[in-house]
Amino acid sequence: MAKYIAKRLLISLITIWLLATITFFLLRTLPGNPFQSEQILTVEMEQKMMSYYGLDKPLMEQYFTYISNLLKGDMGYSLKYTNRTVNSIIKSTFPISAELGLRALALALPLGLFLGVLSAKKRATVVDYTCVFISVLGVSIPSFILGSFLQYIFALKLQILPMAQWKSTLHTILPTVALALSLLATLTRVMRASTLEVISQDYVKTAKAKGLNEFEITWSHQIRNSMVPILTMLGPMVASVLMGTFVVEKIFAIPGLGQHFVNSITGLDYTMTMGLVVFYGSFMVAANFLVDIAYGIVDPRIRINK
Amino acid sequence: MEKNNIVYQADDFLFTDNDEDFDSYSGKSLSYWSDARRRLFKNKLAMISLFFIILIFILSLVIPLISPYTYEQQNLLNINTPPSAQHIFGTDSLGRDLWVRVWYGARVSLAVGIFGSIIPSLIGVVIGGISGYFGGKVDMIIMRAIDIIMCVPSMIYVILIMLYIGSGPIPLIISFALTGWMGTARNVRGLVLQLKEREFVLASKALGASSSSLIFSHLIPNTLGIVIVSMTMGVPSAIFQEAYLSFIGLGIAPPISSWGQLANLGTAVFRIYPYQLLIPAVMISITMLSFNLFGDGLRDALDPKLRN
Repeated sequence: MAKYIAKRLLISLITIWLLATITFFLLRTLPGNPFQSEQILTVEMEQKMMSYYGLDKPLMEQYFTYISNLLKGDMGYSLKYTNRTVNSIIKSTFPISAELGLRALALALPLGLFLGVLSAKKRATVVDYTCVFISVLGVSIPSFILGSFLQYIFALKLQILPMAQWKSTLHTILPTVALALSLLATLTRVMRASTLEVISQDYVKTAKAKGLNEFEITWSHQIRNSMVPILTMLGPMVASVLMGTFVVEKIFAIPGLGQHFVNSITGLDYTMTMGLVVFYGSFMVAANFLVDIAYGIVDPRIRINK
Repeated sequence: MEKNNIVYQADDFLFTDNDEDFDSYSGKSLSYWSDARRRLFKNKLAMISLFFIILIFILSLVIPLISPYTYEQQNLLNINTPPSAQHIFGTDSLGRDLWVRVWYGARVSLAVGIFGSIIPSLIGVVIGGISGYFGGKVDMIIMRAIDIIMCVPSMIYVILIMLYIGSGPIPLIISFALTGWMGTARNVRGLVLQLKEREFVLASKALGASSSSLIFSHLIPNTLGIVIVSMTMGVPSAIFQEAYLSFIGLGIAPPISSWGQLANLGTAVFRIYPYQLLIPAVMISITMLSFNLFGDGLRDALDPKLRN
């Protein structure tokens, strides 16, 4: 097991390094430079800015400087937010996005799994059709549309919840719901499908024949086994939800990490984009790593003993 | 122990008459595809969805042709009018007729949705097929590459590519093609790996079939069902991505309209004129719903494992 973990760690590090390298060169081949959009700058000023941030040096030299700084955990200064390091921007905005994501997950995960199991157990009944309908509806309504309508109904018409911003628990309700619905829908779908697959397996029949009651069968035979597909998708899902979704954050004016993903790329803020890609990538790799280990806990058949 | 209560009769032990017309009670034997078609046609929800998809297609082709307005024609004396007989969906903040803009936008959104799903799926089939069939080092390299690419939200790559080649329907499709094939590639690879070990492939290998006939007559037809389902399910997600990108101002630039772009313009004024967001929102949702339900129906029809 220790050897397996060490091997996975090594692969993870190589993955992140490759990711950083590819993104670095991809970004630099984009036409234009970060200071072009600021019209006040003269050509000399622009060059001064370029040399201040070391952007006029040969690309390979910049690359090695960047990687060696990255190894020390330093992601450099943002080119757009004067005097702010990428680290400090991530540090101040990530907790907000993560909180929103956690709230949405806390709502969607238990409810989604419950509806999925319920739907599969009551297959082809009104309960099942309702759950399926909710889940299809959930994946068919984009979050930005849902968010706008939630605002319209609850903030503008009924005036019972604040329109936007991120100040109190009351402010978090609408964005949480807007984000949670599509998660809920996806989880319900997958859980329903995987429970249906498990429900007709021989070991479930054996359990029934042994005289276990319905609850024990559902809990320790069906749910446990149908969790594997959920785990597979949960890693990337948690990672991407915690990173913040640009659109929900934009609609509700939440100062999270999501906005920077789009703004930094379109503004050619090289260091910020690099920082976000590396941060997100590491998060994703870590999530997948944890999922692999969780497999072994849930399903002893896939426990690795190399 | 209970006693066995079955009563045997003399003719239970007689030979059955083989000349009898078997078809009368065993039913006609159906091929995989005609069986799937029958199953699909019986699924009411899928048929209603298909009807909506076809309806939206026809309207998007016809309405911009017969309408007295064009999608970019402005009338500043007649701005933000609510739906009326003259302007069925009302007008926007530049006095453009929303009825025409919605159906013109449908062309763009549907084209991006359909091609943005089919092309990446095809790329995924080829790459996944190669990876699964040849295995070994090729497989390892391709799978590692996919792992790395999938570490970053595809939206980042889409935005990067669109910065290279500009915005519009075709750049959107190109960037979806370059970033959307990994999921399909993984699925197809998994399937091919399973199929490779199956008896019928072994049998045909033993009979001396070539690689290409194995691929084209056994492996591809057997993955086709799943690929078609994933293509159908990919359409709503491509429509969603288009809407999302246009919504943040990157996908389709005015004056061309698309649903995402109409929704984007709608959110700016929806506090005063909610219909301007409501209309494109409902269009996006109905279309995505139809494709999702139709895709579900297709999957139930094509995937033998889910048959009950």
